[in-house]
Amino acid sequence: MSLPILEIDALSLALPTGSDRPFAIESLSLHIGAGETLCVVGESGSGKSLTALATIGLLPKAVRPAGGTIRLAGRDLLGLSERAMRDVRGREIGTIFQEPMTSLNPVMRVRDQIAEAFQAHRVLDAKRRIARTLELIAEVGLPDPAAIAGAYPHELSGGQRQRVMIAMALALEPKLIIADEPTTALDVTTQAQILKLLDALRKKHDTAVLFITHDFGVVSEIADRVAVLQHGILVEQGSAEQVLHHPQDAYTKRLLAAVPSLVPPAPKDLGEAPAAFRVDDLSKTYPGRGFLRRRAVKAADGVSFVIRRGETLGLVGESGSGKSTVGRCVMRLIEPDAGAILIGDASIRELTQRQFQPLRRRVQMVFQDPFASLNPRRRVGHIIAEGPIAQGVPRRKALADARTMLGLVGLQPTVAERYPHEFSGGQRQRIGIARALALQPEVLVADEPVSALDVSVQAQILALLQDLQKRLGLAILFVTHDLRVAAQMCDRIAVMQKGRIVELQPTADLFRAPQHAYTRALLDAVPGRFLRPDFDTCFAAAE
Amino acid sequence: MGTLTSLPVAKVRRAREGMRLRVNSSALTGGIILALILVGAAAAPALYPGDPLDMAASPFIWPGTDPAYPLGTDMLGRDIAAGILHGARVSLLIGLVATLVSIAIGVTFGALAGFYGGRIDWALMRATELVQTIPPFLFALAIVAILQPSVPTIVIAIGLTAWPSLARLVRAEVLRLRNSDFVQASISVGASHRRIILLDILPNTFAPVIVSASILIASAILTESSLAFLGLGDPNVASWGGMVGAGREVLRTDWYVATLPGLAIVAAVLGLNLLGDGLNDLLDVRR
Repeated sequence: MSLPILEIDALSLALPTGSDRPFAIESLSLHIGAGETLCVVGESGSGKSLTALATIGLLPKAVRPAGGTIRLAGRDLLGLSERAMRDVRGREIGTIFQEPMTSLNPVMRVRDQIAEAFQAHRVLDAKRRIARTLELIAEVGLPDPAAIAGAYPHELSGGQRQRVMIAMALALEPKLIIADEPTTALDVTTQAQILKLLDALRKKHDTAVLFITHDFGVVSEIADRVAVLQHGILVEQGSAEQVLHHPQDAYTKRLLAAVPSLVPPAPKDLGEAPAAFRVDDLSKTYPGRGFLRRRAVKAADGVSFVIRRGETLGLVGESGSGKSTVGRCVMRLIEPDAGAILIGDASIRELTQRQFQPLRRRVQMVFQDPFASLNPRRRVGHIIAEGPIAQGVPRRKALADARTMLGLVGLQPTVAERYPHEFSGGQRQRIGIARALALQPEVLVADEPVSALDVSVQAQILALLQDLQKRLGLAILFVTHDLRVAAQMCDRIAVMQKGRIVELQPTADLFRAPQHAYTRALLDAVPGRFLRPDFDTCFAAAE
Repeated sequence: MGTLTSLPVAKVRRAREGMRLRVNSSALTGGIILALILVGAAAAPALYPGDPLDMAASPFIWPGTDPAYPLGTDMLGRDIAAGILHGARVSLLIGLVATLVSIAIGVTFGALAGFYGGRIDWALMRATELVQTIPPFLFALAIVAILQPSVPTIVIAIGLTAWPSLARLVRAEVLRLRNSDFVQASISVGASHRRIILLDILPNTFAPVIVSASILIASAILTESSLAFLGLGDPNVASWGGMVGAGREVLRTDWYVATLPGLAIVAAVLGLNLLGDGLNDLLDVRR
């Protein structure tokens, strides 16, 4: 094997006293050779991002290296001064962050941001910098380099911005590229393109890539080798084939098992269940923004569907497809322009907010971000009891019921006295579910309820939702971008694109025989399609 | 998930918090200064019973010359130490109450404007701008000149002009919070607007309101002192500004008469500003 580009040996990073564990990372050893991609996988808090930060010398002040070495082509990075480190960053290590929106300076043209790398390291003269910048823009697959070079970040799409980030990271032809969740904020189809691009560039330039991710699907697309971190400890390392298909460690096995399969489970029998929720021809148009170009956006355009009692309808699409708008419109959190919304027999679209207030009990919502959806200044019990109190249940009874609800979602009733910040993301999402169910709704709108959670927690929350649905006969509108989750959760799936439902089919049919070209594109883009071999067998059986 | 601000950093943050309380010297210094002034104000009736405006000894006793009058006496033979301690009561009272008036108006305006938006927002914000165009000190002067110069009128005069900045601050916070998921969640369970504003939104605006309140108290104390300096303070109570104003005439011979209460003003305003700065760091919501 050739000499490794990056060699991390017995690295330990100490957390300040008072943290919940003494070391963020404990005696971690990794190496990456030229042209090789190493994926560091782990859940939140595993220390995977700190590994990246330690390598580029950008650790938060409170975290200190407590032993070990990080060598880049034989040179120890931990011992370098800040000045020397600054020279390494960019020139020898390129970095790509998760959020292409916040990692680019919004008031700087793309060409200036890329050229900054040359300026900072004083390479090339002004003329050649411009030429090289245009070359780079072309190399990362952006159309019309001259136009892109003159654009500001907000004029580009998320995928285009991430391509610009990659161009910046590549500018000085570094030996190592660190990519920290570079595709997490992107849509699946864009993600697939970016992964392909990264892979092609790595091969072309023989760059070593340290790829940080939480997503095993992505791992299976791009990794040569995989390292699995748990609580700062390396639990398993090996070739992608070995780790993904023959995992040795119990934690790796658990993580892999938690990745939802793309094969839908056997459809459940709804019998003669009546329609619980009906949406007809729902439309919402956002007036365009901007001074000169005012273009209205049709976020929902003639959306119609029916959900039966006990049924889950998935609303699937990429960002901007209008799926969240539909979710909020049926809650009347956003006022739709036209259409009908019926809960049972009650038509709620025409009601004023005041008239609708007592009916709100019948349709409830679970929000995406478990950290933003609970008021940090209120006790959990009060948060859950808020709905019943608003609907006229006596305060004392509502608070007592809240404890029962906590039990229902698998938390201790005694936690009612605590504040949200004392809970983990998964626990908070349980609290959010308890709040929605406290009103005994007939319809539950779940807006990406698991997309902010780690896979292992995700599986638990999905199981909880399914269990509650069975027990309470809920009709669930499940909004998600994640086809894996949709496959496991939904009885039928509606695929949305540009505000319209382009396809609505029972889940198994949709996966087996997608009708619309866009659905096929989405399915093709799901990372790690072959991660679970059962998917292929399923297809083979169907054909 | 797995971003640069993921969990380990959150843990680091928690550990850092303890450090920050100790390190935040400006909040501590400000707090100590204010605590001393408060103790002095509280002890004033016990240490110096009787009216501090009464003649106590012969005039122009220099500080440090007579142990019975550690800070000396002024041209009318009034005890300066008694005046400063009693003046602290008046200054703090006026600063506090005027700020409470400001908070009441400002938070109400800001919360309603931010929450309801539309016409209500338009009307309330135009009213706010109208008040902002009035120079606060001239307005206070006018009110005090028309009405009696007494503590309540001074409080009202200051309170009625100081709230626009608070209203804008609260409105901005409310606009931010109004679209937050937890407010949307409360709307979807059918909570009343009153409950949402009082329980969900306002408690989450406390931090910036408290910070600006401490600065507002300081500026109220300054305004009151300025009014008293011009002879428009309440003539029946001892006031720092009034003492500075009175000492002005003997500034060249007996400068301590004006300087000592002046230093008290400096200390109080400095203490409040330091506290406000420190709280701003400590309560920073974005940390």
